[in-house]
This record gives sequence, C-alpha cells and structure tokens, in this order.
Amino acid sequence: MLIMSILFYLFSFIMIGSAFMVVLSRNPVHSVLFLILCFFNSAGIFLILGAEFLAFILVIVYVGAVAVLFLFVVMMLDVEFKSLTSSIISYLPVGMTIGFIILSELMLVLFTWKREYVKIDLDIMEDQNLYTNTEALGLVLYTDNILYFQLAGLILLASMIGAIVLTVNHRPSAKRQSIESQVNRDSKNSIENINIKPGSGI
Amino acid sequence: MDSLFNTYLLPFIIIAAKSIFLVTALLINIAFLLLADRKIWAAVQMRRGPNVVGAFGLLQSFADLLKFVLKEVIIPTNSDKFVFLLAPFVTTVFAISAWAVIPFDSGVVLADINIGVLYILAISSLGVYGVIMGGWASNSKYPFLGALRSAAQMVSYEVSIGFVIITVILLSGSLNLSEIVNAQDGNFGFLNWYFIPLFPMFVVFFISALAETNRPPFDLPEAESELVAGFMVEYSSAPYLMFMLGEYVSIVLMCSFATILFLGGWLAPFPFLDFIPGFIWFALKVCFMFFLFAMVKAIVPRYRYDQLMRLGWKVFLPLSLFMVVATATYVVFV
Repeated sequence: MLIMSILFYLFSFIMIGSAFMVVLSRNPVHSVLFLILCFFNSAGIFLILGAEFLAFILVIVYVGAVAVLFLFVVMMLDVEFKSLTSSIISYLPVGMTIGFIILSELMLVLFTWKREYVKIDLDIMEDQNLYTNTEALGLVLYTDNILYFQLAGLILLASMIGAIVLTVNHRPSAKRQSIESQVNRDSKNSIENINIKPGSGI
Repeated sequence: MDSLFNTYLLPFIIIAAKSIFLVTALLINIAFLLLADRKIWAAVQMRRGPNVVGAFGLLQSFADLLKFVLKEVIIPTNSDKFVFLLAPFVTTVFAISAWAVIPFDSGVVLADINIGVLYILAISSLGVYGVIMGGWASNSKYPFLGALRSAAQMVSYEVSIGFVIITVILLSGSLNLSEIVNAQDGNFGFLNWYFIPLFPMFVVFFISALAETNRPPFDLPEAESELVAGFMVEYSSAPYLMFMLGEYVSIVLMCSFATILFLGGWLAPFPFLDFIPGFIWFALKVCFMFFLFAMVKAIVPRYRYDQLMRLGWKVFLPLSLFMVVATATYVVFV
C-alpha cells in the first residue's frame, strides 16, 4: 500500500497545484492546459480507487471533448493579457464571497450527511471479484436507477436542442452544396448543342 | 528491504523492460512501414520512391532520422516556447502509450486491462492536444488555422468511432481487447470475424480512422496547398520528427485497432493454418490495413472542409447510431 499512498499524494498535490495555476496563470490558454492537467490527475485518483471505468470516461468526456472546446474558444479570444492581471485585485472580493459560499455549503453537506441517506443498494459494488467495474455500474444504472438515468438523458437532450435552436443561424442567401443534385447531374441536362448561324449570336 | 524489492522493484523492472522492448520493436517497424508508405505512394504514381540509401532504400528512414536529429531546432521569437516544445512530446507520448493494451497474440499484451477499448479511445482523443498546442504556440496564422481545423475534425470523427466501437462491444460483450478477439474465434475461420456482420461499420471505422489520424484525404490540418504545412509550419528538425513519428505511430495503432475489432486480431483466417504463430497473422493483418491506408493516400483527392464535416455529422453519425440500435436489437432478441 506504500506505492498507493505515494501515488495518491503525488496525484493530489499535482491536482491542487494545477487547480491553483488555473486561477493564477496570466495566460488563459495556460489556464486551460493546467485545467487539463487537473482532470488528468483526478482520473489518476479514480484509478487508485479502482474505479477504472469512471477514470477513463472522465478522460474521454472532459479531457477529450469538453476541454478541447474550452481551448478552442479561449484560443480564439483576442485578450490583452496585461489588463487581466491588473484587475485581479478588484475581482478578489467577489471571488472570495463565492468561494466562501461554496465552501460553507460543502461543509454543511459533509457534516450532516450520513451513509443511511443513500437508498441505492450498493451491495453489488461490494463484491469486486464478481463483477468488473463496468458491469457493476451497468447493473446499478440500468436496473434500479433506470428512471434517473433516462431523466438525465432527457435533460441532456433538451439542453442540446436548446443550444442548437439558440445558435442556429440559417441564412437563405448562403450558398450550400447539394450533393444530390451534383450526383444526379449528367450530360443530357447540362450540355446543349446549338447550331449558330454566323453573325447572328444566340 | 527484501520484501520491498520483491513487491515493487522487481515488477517495476520487468514492466519497464517489457515496455522498452515494445517501444523499440514498434519504432523499428514504424521505420519500415514509413518506407513502405512512400514506396506504395511512389508505385501508384509510377515513380521509384526512395531507392538510394541501402538496398531498395531500406535504410532511408534511418537516414532521415539522422538528418532530422542533427539539424538545428528553430524556435520562433514570439512563440510560447514551453508549449511549443511540449506539443510534439504530447503527440508522440500519447501515440506510443496507447500500445500498452494492444494484444499481439493470445496472452502477449503489456497491460491486459478490463477496459482496453476505453483506454485506446481516451488516449487517441488526447492526440488532438499536440496539434492544438503546436498550432497555437507557433504564434502564426497558418499553424493556428491548421490547429482549429484539426480540433473540429478530430472531435467530430471521434463520435462516430465511439459508436462503431459500441457495436463491436455489443456483439463481443467485453471491453477487453483480448476477449473481443476471442469472441471472434470460431469453427469457420475468417467468416466468424466481425467485419462480415458489421461490414458498414468496418467501412465507417476505416474512414473515421483516416480522419482521426489526419491522413489524406482528410489531412486538412496540414493541407499543403492551403496552409503550407498546417500546424507544423514552424517546426523543424527533432520536434518535427516527433510530430511525424507520433502521426505514424497512431496510424499503425488505428490499423491494429481495426485488426482487433474487425479482423480477428491474431486468429488465423482458416482453421487449418492455426500452426502459424498468432503474432505473424496479427502483423500481416496490420500490414494489410496499412496498405489500405497508403493506397487511400495515393488515390483519393483531398476533401473540402465543409464536405468533411458533412460526412462526419450527417452521414456517419446517423448511420452508426442506426447500426448501434440494430445490433442491440439483434443481441437482445435473436
């Protein structure tokens, strides 16, 4: 277990350090790169816990997709870096207030939460030799908790449709490629032989 | 102290030795596959290809390696130097680390983890970071455009690759790569492999793999007629070599991934050929897939960017979604 605890502290310290650097770094692109490092190390902690499925889903979803879009947007923003750093003092009170609220809420939850509150039958997770990680998750998700799972999917679908409706900008004037009409086009209906009398034109 | 050696140090040394052997073998093979790529390309264009260094140009890749390593590394003045040099490392390291879970033969695998498929999916989705970071850190217009293109392209085609993999997982019932290959074992040789029931998905996977690895005809991030060399414009010598190496390693990775998912991994195509070792079949199949990759590069013209996006989102995504539903229906009801 020695290696496990060494790895745990390694991952945790890098994670906390990179989380700090997300806030402190002057360059927003560096902030996103530190955020990615942070995600990576949290995936590492999941791996130590034996939650390999969660670890890789975290990497695929957050690092492979969400953070790419973050980086995409941040890179395209044309920000003056100096104006960002000079105003850090003025943002401090607001940030401290929000941080304090979140911290106190987390504390409230932590000190009043009891294991009995969890109604989900976790017996399936206890026997690690019987099921692999993925099977255990599936057995919990798709049987007892199918309603929550479907509701979460429905919410995601609704938000996806909402995002598309808000951002779609259909300009009728824009030229669009119609693959069908291109493929259906042949020499019969696109070339015409015309006999022109000299001097008359078409 | 003795127990510390037996529990930690010895396994570590064994794993490190295996990894070094794997990486060395992989890189030597890549050198010859790179030459094969150029030779096939040349043959299609009725040229000779590299034929000066060594017999039939066999040592061309090693001569190129020497040339790249010995030249000066040029770093643009206003670039973000750390990210600029980090980007090629990210590409190469992620590309090579994905090989840890590839089974070359029955039981011959570095890490036989339960969720090997997810691991490869995760690692290959990280390959985009090298391209984005390199393009951004160069602080130049063409690299930046190339980086933006590749970010959109790789994220789009990952979606359809994910769905294709789900159909294979539904049939095999496992996320472990060795078990996926074992599920394709049967009495009828190659007729048991998944490329027959899932043929449309095999085609979708092949084309998406081309897009995922920025191979022609989807090499828009480095389209030389539009963007000079895309995200690699500012790179020279060893960092450029690492980008190229990472690219080829991930191409061969995709070839072996397709071999495992659809072509039965190390299994022999006919039952009576079982006496030939599995890794030879695996290598032959990977070479076949690589030959297809090389032929596509030689034959097919480059896509336009909007056509690429249309193909990914409007053709492959609905098709692969439909196939997931169809396969799931088959698995449940038949």
